[in-house]
Amino acid sequence: MTQQATVPTEEPRVADAAAVKAPSVLGALLSRPLALTAAIVLVLIVLVVVCAPLLAPFGPNDAIPKNAFQGPQPGHPLGFDTAGRDVLARLLYGGQNTLGGAVIALLVALVIGVPTGLLAGYYGGWFDSASGWVTNFVMSLPAMIVLLASRAVLGPTVWVLMIVLGFLVAPSFYRLVRGAVAAVRNELYVDAARVSGLPDWRIIGRHILTVVRAPVIIQIALVAGIAIGLQAGLEFIGIGSGNTPTWGAMLNEAFNNFNRAPLLLVWPGVALGLTSAALVLLASGIRDALDDRSGEMRRVTRRERATLAAGRASERSAIAGDGRGALLSIRGLKVAYRKPTGPDVEVVHGVDLDVAPGQIVGLVGESGSGKSQTAFSALGILPEGGYVAGGSILIQGEEVIDVEPSTAAARRRALGYVPQEPMSNLDPSFTIGSQLSEPLRVRSRRGPRLTKAQAKARVLELLAAVEIADPERVYASYPHEISGGMAQRVLIAGALSTDPDLIIADEPTTALDVTVQAEVLGILRRLRDERGVGVLIVTHNLGVIADLCDRVAVMNDGRIVERGETETLLLSPTEDYTRRLVAAVPDADVVREPWQPRAATKEIA
Amino acid sequence: MVIFLARRIGASIVLLFVTSLVTFLLLSLSGQDVGRQLLGLNASQAAIDAKNAALGVDRPILVQYGDWLTRALRGDLGRSWFSSEYVTTAIAGRLPVTLSLMVGVTLVTAVVGYLLGVWAGIRRGAVDRFVQIFSVAGYALPGFLVTIVIVIVFAVQLRWFPAIGYIPITQSFSGWLSTITLPAISLSIAAVAGIAQQVRSSVIEVARSDYIRTLATRGLPHRNILFRHVLRNASAPALTVLGMQFVGLLGGAVIVEQIFGLPGIGSMAIQYTTQGDIPIIMGLVMLSAIGVVIVNLLVDLGIGWLLPKARTS
Repeated sequence: MTQQATVPTEEPRVADAAAVKAPSVLGALLSRPLALTAAIVLVLIVLVVVCAPLLAPFGPNDAIPKNAFQGPQPGHPLGFDTAGRDVLARLLYGGQNTLGGAVIALLVALVIGVPTGLLAGYYGGWFDSASGWVTNFVMSLPAMIVLLASRAVLGPTVWVLMIVLGFLVAPSFYRLVRGAVAAVRNELYVDAARVSGLPDWRIIGRHILTVVRAPVIIQIALVAGIAIGLQAGLEFIGIGSGNTPTWGAMLNEAFNNFNRAPLLLVWPGVALGLTSAALVLLASGIRDALDDRSGEMRRVTRRERATLAAGRASERSAIAGDGRGALLSIRGLKVAYRKPTGPDVEVVHGVDLDVAPGQIVGLVGESGSGKSQTAFSALGILPEGGYVAGGSILIQGEEVIDVEPSTAAARRRALGYVPQEPMSNLDPSFTIGSQLSEPLRVRSRRGPRLTKAQAKARVLELLAAVEIADPERVYASYPHEISGGMAQRVLIAGALSTDPDLIIADEPTTALDVTVQAEVLGILRRLRDERGVGVLIVTHNLGVIADLCDRVAVMNDGRIVERGETETLLLSPTEDYTRRLVAAVPDADVVREPWQPRAATKEIA
Repeated sequence: MVIFLARRIGASIVLLFVTSLVTFLLLSLSGQDVGRQLLGLNASQAAIDAKNAALGVDRPILVQYGDWLTRALRGDLGRSWFSSEYVTTAIAGRLPVTLSLMVGVTLVTAVVGYLLGVWAGIRRGAVDRFVQIFSVAGYALPGFLVTIVIVIVFAVQLRWFPAIGYIPITQSFSGWLSTITLPAISLSIAAVAGIAQQVRSSVIEVARSDYIRTLATRGLPHRNILFRHVLRNASAPALTVLGMQFVGLLGGAVIVEQIFGLPGIGSMAIQYTTQGDIPIIMGLVMLSAIGVVIVNLLVDLGIGWLLPKARTS
């Protein structure tokens, strides 16, 4: 294999993987103004509360009875409460107790939840099952009842209740950490670290803690909010530590005297609401920023859509009408994607492609070359944010770009789609039979829609046509009950169910093992021979191309760099890129050969 | 499915047993002198010992637990130490209030939260942003703070509903409705926000999934894809969250019942835990544990019905 060969390699890219898995919390914070504001507010609240002795000239319990219910005075900017104590002082010292309680609950939960989660996730085994059982047990306890019961045992001390609360919320950290660790434990970069002889504690410290850091920070903010709310709630209904100032107790007092001094409710209410809201906003801000999928895509406005359509229309008028494929004809296809910020990114830059009836055409290229985007454009299933930015797609001579959606959908019924990953392309909630027959009972391309019995007969026929030995059994099975190879046959049957003239198969064999690959390719070839359908097969595997295709187009970086008869192109490629692609395959005549088995044996020996 | 269910029921029974044992042992740790508490500081030691013997609290803890367990299995949870009321009677008198509140809130939450979530997940845009802001707000503010605002606005200022008190449904339906509305709204806000958020994100996730895309290429109308395939697959996580919320509602009910003066399980829990009335506390803990077990079984059944794959695991 030459250095330049760019057929996708399966080698672990250690550095990249680690970089992707360890998102920066600080960066996430800075990219979200709301989360940043929340963080600043929180820091300010904590600072003010910690500095209470410096800021408040009075003690929280210094009462001047004659000042009870008095409004603001010089030196007492928030006035006095029902017993003549300074509201500002009680607010600041109360914050110490309220926030302090939350900190205790958090510390307990972290100390219990994080290490056990790490151990259970990393080592699994009996510890994992045992702690899983305890976790389920604790999580099924109603927290409030447990808190009240422990209050009966331990006495009315909020601090102790916060320790109990810490035990009760520890499972949320345990689950989070265990899940994250179990997910990366067998990642290639962790394997690589293990093989290279790093001790477990180094792996956990270096690779695994970085993975759980962001989710744990988010969870800390959420749990802090819950702890503050719960504690204040308990204080508010009068289950507190008596005279200790807390925001909840202040609210209780103010609520009971609402008619006399409604304003007393405002300050502790604002303090509590602000802290709680800032924690949740911080958590959801960090999460949204780290999870870019939830980033709101900039929408295509009506004007933009009209401009795009006008541009595409004028382009299309310039496209020559002659020499276009009778079944599928793509000219000047451009595909672009919207980004949450910044200009759109074009990934396909003007592709021409033709398929004639009864022809098998291969579209080959490395991942990211735009070959799947081309197929998706024809099928009308570009993912969210993707759109056809230019060009023309004719299906049986009729345009599907910039026509009414219903018209385009009707024209696309000539297409059948065989996806790449068999398992994820079957609806897990319905039997194979149900999801294959549903489209037939709703509408039919040729003739009337089918009754339930007719649809079943037709689906069984299709399952038999894709060489499934026991169609009745597969018909009644759920997707999780069949193998990957079987699922891929089911998907081919699904593509055939609408009686298409062109099958578009996107990497139909990549997810299958070698023997099943050959059978699936055989089925596609036989369908062409028997039914005369055209096939467009998208693949990165030159073996598949050599095995199956009449014609082939080579795609690189969103453009078709070379096209021709399969044999000519593979044996005497003219373009440099194609030559490298062909050179990268050990033997282009074989679907997949074990890779230098002798050398490997030698190394082991 | 039957095996799955049997296994879950077996696990639930073990869970209930462990809960009762742990709770009983922990409660007994408090080492309070019940006789002294009941008879007062001036009572003679002999009278106190006699009282403790009558209550059976002078025996070893495990014997006491064994006694409690054998009675409990026959449906007898003992008597309150302080009021001599039968625990089951005391609970039965108050359960309807709490249960009607929680079931009502859960139904409202399920319907409103589900519709909001589906709407936001499908429509996106402005509706989505509204649901997002609403759910963050519903989650961000402590429930009792929202309750305070609701009481002040609708009961104190507008006087649309009574601020406090409860009228049984057997006495007057409109009276019951007027006393239960504000507590129910207070409890619903955060719950609706949680469900809407969950449904929204699962609808979006399922709508982007490979199998939905593949179904769309087979000419299946949008309507079928949405109502049969997207909603069914998106509903299971929402059901899980709904179950968790029902358990959480118990905690919310404690606070809300106290604020609105509803004679339910929550206000009962506060009253008796303050006294340290262990038979009643045991009864309440077991009641809520049984409630949790039942809700979890219902959720499992629902998920098994929605997702065939869950039936086998």
